[in-house]
Amino acid sequence: MNIIEYIELVFTDYTLRTITLGTAILGAVTGMLGSFAVLRKQSLLGDAISHAALPGIAIAFLLTGAKDSNVLLLGALVSGLIGTFWIRGIITKTHLKSDTALGLILSLFFGFGMLLLTFIQKQPNANQAGLDKYLFGQAATLVESDVWMMAIVTGICLIILLLFWKEFKMLLFDADFTKTLGFNTKTIDVLITSFIVLAIVLGLQTVGVVLMSAMLLAPAAAARQWTNSLGKMVFLSAIFGALSGVFGTAVSATQNNLSTGPVIVIIASVFVLVSFIFSPSRGLLFKQIRFIKNRRDLKLNKTLAFMYNIAETHEDISHPHTIKILNNFQGFTRGTLQKLVNKNYVTLEGNMWSLTKEGFKAASNLYNHQTEEHE
Amino acid sequence: MSSAQIEIQLIASIAAIACAIPGTFLVLRKMAMISDAISHSILPGIVIGFFITHDLNSPLLILLAAITGIITVILVEYIQKTGLVKEDTAIGLVFPALFSIGVIMIAKNANDVHLDVDAVLLGELAFAPFDRFIVPDVDLGPKSLWVIGCILIVTIGLLFAFFKELKVSTFDAGLAASLGFSPAIMHYGLMSISSITTVGAFDAVGAILVVALMIAPAATAYLLTNNLKRMLAYAISFGVFSAISGYWVAHWLDASISGSITTMLGLIFLLVYLFAPSRGIIAVLYREKQQRTEVSLLTFLLHLKNHNEEEERHVNHLNEHINWQKVRSKTVLELALKNNMILIENNIVSLTEKGDDFTSQAIDYIITNEDAEIEHMKDDFFLFRG
Repeated sequence: MNIIEYIELVFTDYTLRTITLGTAILGAVTGMLGSFAVLRKQSLLGDAISHAALPGIAIAFLLTGAKDSNVLLLGALVSGLIGTFWIRGIITKTHLKSDTALGLILSLFFGFGMLLLTFIQKQPNANQAGLDKYLFGQAATLVESDVWMMAIVTGICLIILLLFWKEFKMLLFDADFTKTLGFNTKTIDVLITSFIVLAIVLGLQTVGVVLMSAMLLAPAAAARQWTNSLGKMVFLSAIFGALSGVFGTAVSATQNNLSTGPVIVIIASVFVLVSFIFSPSRGLLFKQIRFIKNRRDLKLNKTLAFMYNIAETHEDISHPHTIKILNNFQGFTRGTLQKLVNKNYVTLEGNMWSLTKEGFKAASNLYNHQTEEHE
Repeated sequence: MSSAQIEIQLIASIAAIACAIPGTFLVLRKMAMISDAISHSILPGIVIGFFITHDLNSPLLILLAAITGIITVILVEYIQKTGLVKEDTAIGLVFPALFSIGVIMIAKNANDVHLDVDAVLLGELAFAPFDRFIVPDVDLGPKSLWVIGCILIVTIGLLFAFFKELKVSTFDAGLAASLGFSPAIMHYGLMSISSITTVGAFDAVGAILVVALMIAPAATAYLLTNNLKRMLAYAISFGVFSAISGYWVAHWLDASISGSITTMLGLIFLLVYLFAPSRGIIAVLYREKQQRTEVSLLTFLLHLKNHNEEEERHVNHLNEHINWQKVRSKTVLELALKNNMILIENNIVSLTEKGDDFTSQAIDYIITNEDAEIEHMKDDFFLFRG
């Protein structure tokens, strides 16, 4: 199947269209809210919440006996919220640190959820099949109503986000200042945490409990590398999330035996990797290039300063000296010398070098100001 | 009790001890989430090992998986060092990626691998006794018992050999480094032990229970004591207790053993979290309330000391001027009366000699602000606490 055929299929095939749309919307909303989680240093909260949602699903099923995904997700939402607030309680009221609290709630809730799930499975005549899809997610089980649900939640998130943009932003970067301005930081905090929980719960059906945290983190971590503005970051993160969803669905649909969740996570991780390496301002590649360039500039300046100290002792600054003198100075190489010549700071004649007027001037001002090129 | 039941409880208890020891140090070093990351990211290592050996208990597989665990730690640290994202984000990025690779590897080879992601993640303790370790015709017991037993012995050996070093490097990394214990060796040693324990235990109890067994007993113990040796002992006993009681709960409910062990751990944690003597939530809330009342009392006494005018010292005035609600001003007044710090005549409040003395000392304290002094002072003056 080539790409054009696949794209045609996306628009004509009901299942594929639903899944593609669903994963794209999911990626967008988790990406959007994930930016806040990452910036609030709550990255692993997503992992904890998604695991903590499991007992809620099981209890909702035990209580209602229905497999309606909305009811189950409501249960997940409630237990996710309980988990989140318990984590907060542990961190604020005891001396246990946040990592312990997260790991604790994550594993305890998940274990309890597993107990309930296996308990349900052993129950006679329970139509329990399909509950374990929440463990690893099955995008294939998405139906149109699920996608509508996601779209509505995304819409609400977007509206709330735009309405309270200023408050969210302020709380993110200066919580104390927000408080002094008279905003109710607790409410804003609860609001945003609840939305993060909501987004995670929405994704459980598609990518599952185990991999949900990556959906939240990866697009945001990738987007963070390209911009320093919150607005742009949220936007980019939503795009990255949506693209991971679309590409992930495409890859898993065209291959045999590939579940969608892990593929989406891998694609999102590729986005992160590319961003880490190639982002112009923060990326590792350009950072390394800048680092090497700075080091070269520094060497050049050191050579120039050394020459200046020699030339200073002579009345005529352009008095030629042998290159040999420079051997006392470890930092110099042919390359740096040639570079100085190119810059018109030095002239070379045979084995002799002499400083030009321009070079002398630059060298005397070397430590007084920074020239444009070596910022 | 059949021999299989005894074996299951034995495996679970030994796994609990083997996890509690590194878990205590992980919790103290604020690296609890690393164990979660390791437990997920060993999956590709297990899958590759399984392709080669076709045996979940082979030492090679355990080694490969443990190496994957250490690679995870190194990757997380590398990403963190680049400064592009925070540490927790680095953890959150690395392990889902590795776990996904593992899941995809299993899915692509589903036909010739009898390896189930569910089984790796959740474990099935109930089947552990069926995989016997048989050396020519002699049945030496379940394989996983041997695996986890060996790991436990190594862990205990290392714990006794390096207890002092571990202790120092956990609580004061700088001091440890200056004393000549390499922090890197300590760190990676602990990480290696955690990885190996995770791998050794996952087959029997599942990756999630490993995390629970590492973190929960240690965290529970940490709420009860500040002493490292006691913390280790408490953690081990909580682990073993929930392993055995969890087994019987699972037996009774006919549900997953690892799930019910985790649930028992959760219950123990909940109990301790609520009722621990000085760090439990009830004790903390009570203390906070007490302190709030006592601070109010102090404010009130200072107010009295500063004002000689009668209208400022009228009982009703408290409500308006200091802006306290009725109930609170009543508690504060009663507390002050009980402690003989004030006198009330015709609804006019005045300080007693003792109250005056206390207030002056409190002012001194507030000005010089030396810690701990105020508790001592309160002990001297208060007959009844808030």
